[in-house]
Amino acid sequence: MIKSIQELEEIRKKALEELEFRKQQGEGIRIVVGMATCGIAAGARPVMLKFVEEIQKRNLKNVTVVQTGCIGLCKYEPIVEVYEPNKEKVTYVKMTPEKVSKVVAEHIVNGKPVYEYTIGYEENKEANK
Amino acid sequence: MPLYRAHVLVCGGTGCTSGGSDKIYDAFLKEIENFNLKDEVQVIRTGCFGLCAEGPIVIVYPEGAFYSKVADSDVKEIVEEHLLKGRIVKRLLYKESLEEGQIKSLNEVKFYKKQMRIALRNCGVINPENIEEYIAYDGYKALAKVLTEMTPEQVIDWVKRSGLRGRGGGGFPTGLKWEFAAKAPGDVKYVVCNADEGDPGAYMDRSILEGDPHSVIEAMAIAGYAIGSKQGYVYVRAEYPLAVKRLEIAINQAREYGLLGKNILGTDFEFDIEIRLGAGAFVCGEETALMTSIEGHRGEPRPRPPFPAVKGLWSKPTLLNNVETYANIPVIILKGPEWFASIGTEKSKGTKVFALVGKVNNTGLIEVPMGTTVREIVEDIGGGIPGGKKFKAVQTGGPSGGCIPASLMDTPIDFDSLTALGTMMGSGGMIVMDEDTCMVDIAKFFLEFTVDESCGKCPPCRIGTRRMLEILQKITSGNGTEEDLEKLEELAYSIKDSALCGLGQTAPNPVLSTLRYFRDEYEAHVKEKRCPAGACKALLRIVIDKDLCKGCGICAKNCPANAITGQIKKPFEIDQTKCIKCGVCIEKCPFKAISKKA
Repeated sequence: MIKSIQELEEIRKKALEELEFRKQQGEGIRIVVGMATCGIAAGARPVMLKFVEEIQKRNLKNVTVVQTGCIGLCKYEPIVEVYEPNKEKVTYVKMTPEKVSKVVAEHIVNGKPVYEYTIGYEENKEANK
Repeated sequence: MPLYRAHVLVCGGTGCTSGGSDKIYDAFLKEIENFNLKDEVQVIRTGCFGLCAEGPIVIVYPEGAFYSKVADSDVKEIVEEHLLKGRIVKRLLYKESLEEGQIKSLNEVKFYKKQMRIALRNCGVINPENIEEYIAYDGYKALAKVLTEMTPEQVIDWVKRSGLRGRGGGGFPTGLKWEFAAKAPGDVKYVVCNADEGDPGAYMDRSILEGDPHSVIEAMAIAGYAIGSKQGYVYVRAEYPLAVKRLEIAINQAREYGLLGKNILGTDFEFDIEIRLGAGAFVCGEETALMTSIEGHRGEPRPRPPFPAVKGLWSKPTLLNNVETYANIPVIILKGPEWFASIGTEKSKGTKVFALVGKVNNTGLIEVPMGTTVREIVEDIGGGIPGGKKFKAVQTGGPSGGCIPASLMDTPIDFDSLTALGTMMGSGGMIVMDEDTCMVDIAKFFLEFTVDESCGKCPPCRIGTRRMLEILQKITSGNGTEEDLEKLEELAYSIKDSALCGLGQTAPNPVLSTLRYFRDEYEAHVKEKRCPAGACKALLRIVIDKDLCKGCGICAKNCPANAITGQIKKPFEIDQTKCIKCGVCIEKCPFKAISKKA
């Protein structure tokens, strides 16, 4: 029973969150998870699910989690790319569900990419070996 | 509600359902279970997406991948490739939505580009069986607004200022109708929704009820508040089982949520809705017949006045609008009358939903601003005529309407321009015809419908339309005379003037309008015994081209009527009096020497 306009508004807000990403992509942050065979084999599924869970838990708007095929760098899988409007894309590699929490907290929420998980950091590390 | 990472929207409109979208929906549930994606992916059945020609349609979000002509055997691939591995199944994408490797959003596809969806705003977008999805898209917000911020007079004033006119056919100003009902004396008043859509080729109302039933419920409650009514009825045909089912679900949900019943949204406003099923007689779409039918009598019209607004259901003041009219109301309340009035033409505001059918590539349900031209609809949205054929005419308004010929293709469509052309908006069926369509035959088709559906109460309609049909049959069978044409016209005008209700008065329209623009076709039938479109079977001649005929005799052997004779190695001949025009000889001739001639 909805007894007031406030209650109607609450239902509206809650239901809208659920439907938010049915609107066409545009603004907002897109988290793209590489989910080709190599990605899945390397454990991309739990990573993606963790993203979904974190986003729901923190009630984040304008963030969608999308899958993509093979990004091409199989040895760095699972790979996750984060697209923000008007910013350079950030590519995270060798992702794990544990890393996801940090990425969501620091990058998605606070806008500071987690450098040590990115592809640039990994490549430097290998070059310096 | 749990958060899903992907939504699969399966079209649940009648078109796609008859194309097997039920099975597709079940297959998705099964495969998603198989691949253990149950907690991540939600499958939803929506209303009509509009592009029925490409159905069954499935849209997967967040990518917005628009899959067309999906079969249940394709589902496993979509689930495994797209939902599990994130690889879009390109072979199933609607061809136009994949350009330069990027998926175009639905609104950028040509079919949708020139459209503007107000009445259809939620169709194909929300799950019609879930009230919360409707609420998410501002559902019941308009009702809340009128109950707390507006007086009934203000509501009526807004509807008047919006310029909305009835989408059921006549185009009477809706606000004025509301005002009449509000001002009519009496404590008990009714709000009625006419969902008795019966025009051949039209399915707008059904699609709205199937895709967004709550918008009609909300609008009826607003109307109840505006005119002072506590009870609404939706009169819907029993042949629309899916629409009835969704409407029932929606009404029950609205009651559960306290949006129908007593003390709506904590105010003292009370309103409820009941469904009344009609048996699908065309005449029951006429308002006085509809009300008689709701009262439990045989659906027959009565003379007006008194109009329903004064003396309607059970002799009480009654407000009667059609489904599409109601679907516009919540948006007008939320966005304001000025916004609505800014769309469309000077005297026809807003948009109109059309069921685009017939000889056109993209058949489907479309909604365009008033003033869009026939050319834009047929060429841009409809994607032109299939098979490289030439566009001949569109028929609008169903049996009460008429044709717009190709020469007037640039006419902007609104209530008044259509009336000026001798046709009408009607509920919005738009039948596209190409050069192979015989206009006399079309007139005959619509008249057959009217003759079948005449309630029989008044002689002009019961007897007059039958006489007209007989003349048309005579003409198309090649026995018509010039006198018949005169008689036909005379009959048409006298029925128009003397029939009791709108249906009888408009029944001659298909004849009058085709006579107006395609008189030469009638004359060819009568004077030359020729059907220029080559559609009237009785007037066709099947002939053998003497130069191409090698005299093999295969045609004569296969002719079931023994109409073909000749000597081997000499050209054969067809006896036109014996020929039954079955066309077997055309199929069998190895030299393509036999053809139909108009």
